[in-house]
Amino acid sequence: MNTLTDAWDWLADSAHWAGDDGIWHRLTQHLVLTVVCLLISCLIALPVALVLGHLGKGGALAVNISNVGRAVPTFAVLVLLLLTPLGKWGEGPTVVALVLFAVPPLLTNAYVGMRGVDRSVVQAARGMGMTGRQMLWRVEAPLALPLIMSGVRIAAVQLVATATIAALAGGGGLGRIITAGFNLASTPQVVAGAVLVAVFALLVEGVFEAVERLAPGWARKTGKG
Amino acid sequence: MTAPPDDCLARNEWICGDYLSTRREILTDAVLQHLELTALSVLIALAIALPLAVLARRWGLAAGPVLAVTTVLYTIPSLAMFSLLLPVYGLSETLVIAGLVLYSLTLLVRNILAGLRAVPEDTRQAARGMGYGPIRLLLTVELPLALPAAMAGLRIATVSAVSLATVGAIVGFGGLGNLIYSGMNTYFKAQVLTASVLCVVIAVLADLLLLGVQRLLTPWTRAARA
Repeated sequence: MNTLTDAWDWLADSAHWAGDDGIWHRLTQHLVLTVVCLLISCLIALPVALVLGHLGKGGALAVNISNVGRAVPTFAVLVLLLLTPLGKWGEGPTVVALVLFAVPPLLTNAYVGMRGVDRSVVQAARGMGMTGRQMLWRVEAPLALPLIMSGVRIAAVQLVATATIAALAGGGGLGRIITAGFNLASTPQVVAGAVLVAVFALLVEGVFEAVERLAPGWARKTGKG
Repeated sequence: MTAPPDDCLARNEWICGDYLSTRREILTDAVLQHLELTALSVLIALAIALPLAVLARRWGLAAGPVLAVTTVLYTIPSLAMFSLLLPVYGLSETLVIAGLVLYSLTLLVRNILAGLRAVPEDTRQAARGMGYGPIRLLLTVELPLALPAAMAGLRIATVSAVSLATVGAIVGFGGLGNLIYSGMNTYFKAQVLTASVLCVVIAVLADLLLLGVQRLLTPWTRAARA
């Protein structure tokens, strides 16, 4: 328990919150990295998944890409990118790695959601004379929304985790507090950093949970989620 | 004075046969440590997850808290998880295994519970009608029927553990992750690429191995498909 009080003391010290290595700066970096990369990943993955799902093509790719993403260690990709010419670009390797690992869950969930839309509903829409584009935007995408959102949620949590590991490869973010703690052999700092990261990740998860609960009934996941 | 050797190691190329031949021992040790970390953690997780899932299935009240705790555990990033365990285990292999156990546990409990819940009520009633007691029902009807879902969870847990074990490099016990970490610090391209590729190879092989085990254990799913 002694370590916990030490970690608390570390967090309570205002000197640790200010400056370039301070908690506020690292927290902002982490938040910006997560949000920016989530937006980029959505812009890449969602259009592809919606169109593939609408056309019913490329299913094997959309589903298997998640399995591939799981087998490749994030740490390995971060280091590999760091050693390429991209490594000279500051946060470049981190952003690319984060996007690479956020795309698979987005793609898979959105595709599965689009394919999961009741075929008779789609046929009814076609019978009413809707064009492909109208069916996509007014029928399929809204009905697939719960699964699309759960993909965004998984991607966001994945981004927070990967951004933490990025600190091992010299990237910014809250993980730097942990790696700095290891370098200083300061267990209180390591634990304090880990608590910050864990709370941050749980808050992100909590935000999505809240959004899901506040959403209107039709946009919520049904029992089988 | 001799000129420095002009081989792929000196040129720091990504793909280097000399690296494989000169560092064979280091690579073998790293692979063995990686396998040990992964196998131990997944087996320990399985031993804990099975009773937990059965418990959560039996007492509906336990299911909520069990699933909530596993969700929270799974949300905590790996680097933070290893760091939180530092005061308990210190810089040791046990720390990495404990962290990996917690992740695998989450995936296994969820999947085994889903598998148990998917056993049709008709089947359970038929077994009870034939005079099966609760233990026999669990062992000979429910668990075999939950096996495909459980094996799917085991495969995901194993592949994830292979990948996450690399982060153990932060405490010096990351198997191939150690090579990636030291390769990063010395800008050693061949070492980083070789270790990364080996990680993926281990993950894929483990997945295929478990798929084979699953086929052997559940011959009826094959018969149904044919």
